[in-house]
Amino acid sequence: MFDIDRWREIFQSINKNRLRSVMSGFTVAFAILLFTLLFGISNGLGNFFKGAFADDAQNSMFVRVWKTSKPYKGLQTGRKIQLKNKDYNYVTEEYADKIEYQSTRIYKNFVIKYKNEASTYSVMAVNPDHQFLEKTMIDEGRYLNERDLREKSKVIVIGRLIKKDLFGEKPALGKRVNVNGSSFLIIGIFSDDGGDNEERKAYIPVTTSQMMYGNNDYISQINLGYNPKLSTNEAIAFGNKMERDLRKKLNIHPDDQSALSIRNMAEANQFVSTVSLALLFIIIFIGSGTLIAGIIGISNIMIFVIKERTKEFGIRKALGAKPSSIVGMVVQESVLITTIAGYIGLSLGTYILSFIGNSLEEKYFIKDPSVSSGVVIGATIVLIISGLIAGYVPAKKAANIKPIEALRAD
Amino acid sequence: MIKIEKLHKSYPIGKDSLHVLKGIDLHIKEGEFVSIMGSSGSGKSTLLNIVGLLDIHDEGNYFLNGQLIKDMNEKKAATLRNKFLGFIFQSFNLISYKTALENVALPLYYKGMNRKQRLEIALEYLDKVGLKDWANHLPNELSGGQKQRVAIARALVTKPKVVLADEPTGALDSTTTDSVMDLLKDINNEGMTVFVITHEEEVAEQTKRIVRLKDGVIISDEYTNAAKSN
Repeated sequence: MFDIDRWREIFQSINKNRLRSVMSGFTVAFAILLFTLLFGISNGLGNFFKGAFADDAQNSMFVRVWKTSKPYKGLQTGRKIQLKNKDYNYVTEEYADKIEYQSTRIYKNFVIKYKNEASTYSVMAVNPDHQFLEKTMIDEGRYLNERDLREKSKVIVIGRLIKKDLFGEKPALGKRVNVNGSSFLIIGIFSDDGGDNEERKAYIPVTTSQMMYGNNDYISQINLGYNPKLSTNEAIAFGNKMERDLRKKLNIHPDDQSALSIRNMAEANQFVSTVSLALLFIIIFIGSGTLIAGIIGISNIMIFVIKERTKEFGIRKALGAKPSSIVGMVVQESVLITTIAGYIGLSLGTYILSFIGNSLEEKYFIKDPSVSSGVVIGATIVLIISGLIAGYVPAKKAANIKPIEALRAD
Repeated sequence: MIKIEKLHKSYPIGKDSLHVLKGIDLHIKEGEFVSIMGSSGSGKSTLLNIVGLLDIHDEGNYFLNGQLIKDMNEKKAATLRNKFLGFIFQSFNLISYKTALENVALPLYYKGMNRKQRLEIALEYLDKVGLKDWANHLPNELSGGQKQRVAIARALVTKPKVVLADEPTGALDSTTTDSVMDLLKDINNEGMTVFVITHEEEVAEQTKRIVRLKDGVIISDEYTNAAKSN
């Protein structure tokens, strides 16, 4: 394969026919550039969709209640639904095998005060599993545990930005803050990927909250993480069944979305995977279309080039060139041009994608558009093979023309 | 060197076929300087193409250097051409993007010779045809006569047994025609077999043997004064 004289012949042929070489190279480079951009942008769209739901656990299910919108069993519309501890206990016992994480949630808005700094924050009363459902990351200290709940401790885990607001750069862990008039011990500081709002929250034990504020067993929400062993469809079925059960238990019309609903990540996951699949099909369809167009382009040019060189091949054959040497020369030239041009297109595309980066995320939902090295290698292989075919077929034909006919060509 | 017996060749034209060579018998010995004369359509180019292994005959026998030419494929033919034959064409057939030197060196490339050696030999042959100073010029920078001399150098560079020239002076004026013919004579005097196709009497008369073709058959075959005077 490596024959210095053969390469010299090829470089001379490329060099002396620059326009032709550049034109055929351009077709390939352009096709690969389009392919790379398209692939990268589709990837970016996919990344955005995946990222949009990354804030909470991928298997979370939130049971939410509000007012009824339909009359049911003599009960009138507009009745406010209240979840209680027994509902939580019912769900966690009834579906224990289908649940990985479980937590209640009570929403409160309290003024949190430390020395002279004070502000109102969203405070949530939760169970320990809530950490995993909300994907809370502990930076310092620890999260709430079962003992805190049992003892109804007055402890609080605060968000990174609350700490910043109240303490600045000074340490906060182990300090006491005033929450709605009572003193709470800071046992942990957390951060969250969900944005600034999520980091201006604080968590306290649900039992403490129920005791101190109202002395009842009311809860605002039931948060669950379904068992990851469930398939998406099973998880959706589980969510639907639990929804029906809870409505029955709370005397809600079976179709009353307003009174009780379950936000099931399984459905979002299904949506994401459907969108991803659709995107994948679009990528494959348009991407391979672009590649094929490029391959056809170079094939056409090669046919033209070989027609133009038929006489040259005739001369070479008269001088003793074997058909295989002519085919080899053309194929090697074609592969060289496609590979170099393809590489240029690929590099340019990758460069443009890295230049775009995350700048389109806000407006166009494209996050971190990029192509994986596997795709790059795959596309390069496709290119080399297509260069091979594009050169081989017409060259073989040209090499088999009788030299007398080739010499007559013009 | 070249022995042809009852050679037939016809070309299909649509459903019919055109019978071009109708039983040619010709024997050319080593060192001869032969011209084939005939008007266009007489079959002389076809004969040269068959002798040059650029085309295949239908019937009869053809021996090149004692070897029966039969069942030729392109690969075998290419090797034989490279080994035994040198071509000179009416339209020169130089490769336009190669310099005179590279054009001359090309047959040696197909012989498998290394670059340094083949450029050395090519320059030697360019010197022989008086174009050493033009070695690095492209064909379009040369005159018709110069191009044909490059082509002759290219035909000779492999030291072939037979030089085949198809109307070598057809595209040249009378002065350059003479210089090209002088070159061919020199080649022949060195012992090489030269086989020329022409329709010009003046050219044919400078060879040693004239074979006249008409409608695919040989009508005369005689030695010229040039041969007798030698």
